[in-house]
Amino acid sequence: MHELSIAMSIVDLAWEEAESHGAPGVDVVYLKLGPLSGVVKEALLFSYEIACQQTPLEGSKLLIEEVPIVVNCPVCKDRRSVQSLQSLCCAECGAPTSEILEGRELMVTAMELRL
Amino acid sequence: MNPEPRLVEVRKNVLKQNDVLARVLRERFREAGVLAISLVSSPGSGKTAFLEKTLTLLHSRYKVAALVGDLATENDAARLARSQAPVKQIITGTVCHLEAAMVQNALDGWSLRDLDFLFIENVGNLVCPSSYDLGEDLRFVLLSVTEGEDKPLKYPTIFNSADVAVITKSDLAAAVEFDEAAATRNIQAVRPGMQILKLSAKTGEGMAEFLEFLENRRLRSRSAAAV
Repeated sequence: MHELSIAMSIVDLAWEEAESHGAPGVDVVYLKLGPLSGVVKEALLFSYEIACQQTPLEGSKLLIEEVPIVVNCPVCKDRRSVQSLQSLCCAECGAPTSEILEGRELMVTAMELRL
Repeated sequence: MNPEPRLVEVRKNVLKQNDVLARVLRERFREAGVLAISLVSSPGSGKTAFLEKTLTLLHSRYKVAALVGDLATENDAARLARSQAPVKQIITGTVCHLEAAMVQNALDGWSLRDLDFLFIENVGNLVCPSSYDLGEDLRFVLLSVTEGEDKPLKYPTIFNSADVAVITKSDLAAAVEFDEAAATRNIQAVRPGMQILKLSAKTGEGMAEFLEFLENRRLRSRSAAAV
């Protein structure tokens, strides 16, 4: 369970960003989360509330967009989704591939600032 | 003044600080000509026994050192010190994984140029360590024959984050009816093309192949660094 320390990093990052815009608070933090990030959405949402307590982020919302794994298929020679996390094969042709293009994201993409 | 909430684009990795530090470490390892290898696995899969054997075997020919992560005790460092190699314990307290900053702090006072191999044993945990780059050149994920062949399917992320899979405790394979073909299939499903080594730190089976693999990798990374 490392989601609490991740949540605290999100709070730090968001507050730093808000301050750089001169905003006194934050309403929403938008996060992109890939299945290979090693972070569980539910645990992160739970931790986020705790991490926000007694910080300028208290009362803010974390909106998580879960994004799929995208690989470069060596057979199709194109961007493809995979069958599953347990089967890293091209969803179109079934070729196994470890060339991961997307899916490790753990990224704050945007914020709604309180003005 | 606009009373509506204001939307701003950010696009920043949450673990950016760790990633930046890991890149600095990787560059330090490369410059010093040391091959850094981390070990991840569940608790009890034989990381420390495997590392003790590795350090003992390498110690006569190479300069080796190890950092070992543990939640609370220094037992592992004490065990590994029997190999005569320099060992430092990183006690993480309540933190269930190592981070690049912990590795950096632990390296304080060590001259990397005096080393050929640096081993970093992570906290026994198949979940959290997958999110943190430690700057290592190679990450080994260990799977002991007593754990069950479906571990890779249950913890695909950590297997995916690793470079090489090591099946440990091979001396017990027959006793626990370990299905090697199934284990191999499952590892390949979550990380196609992954190299798999099989060994026993107790009997020494497979250790020679493992050491040869390490030596080859070290030569390869040194010649790449020289270019």
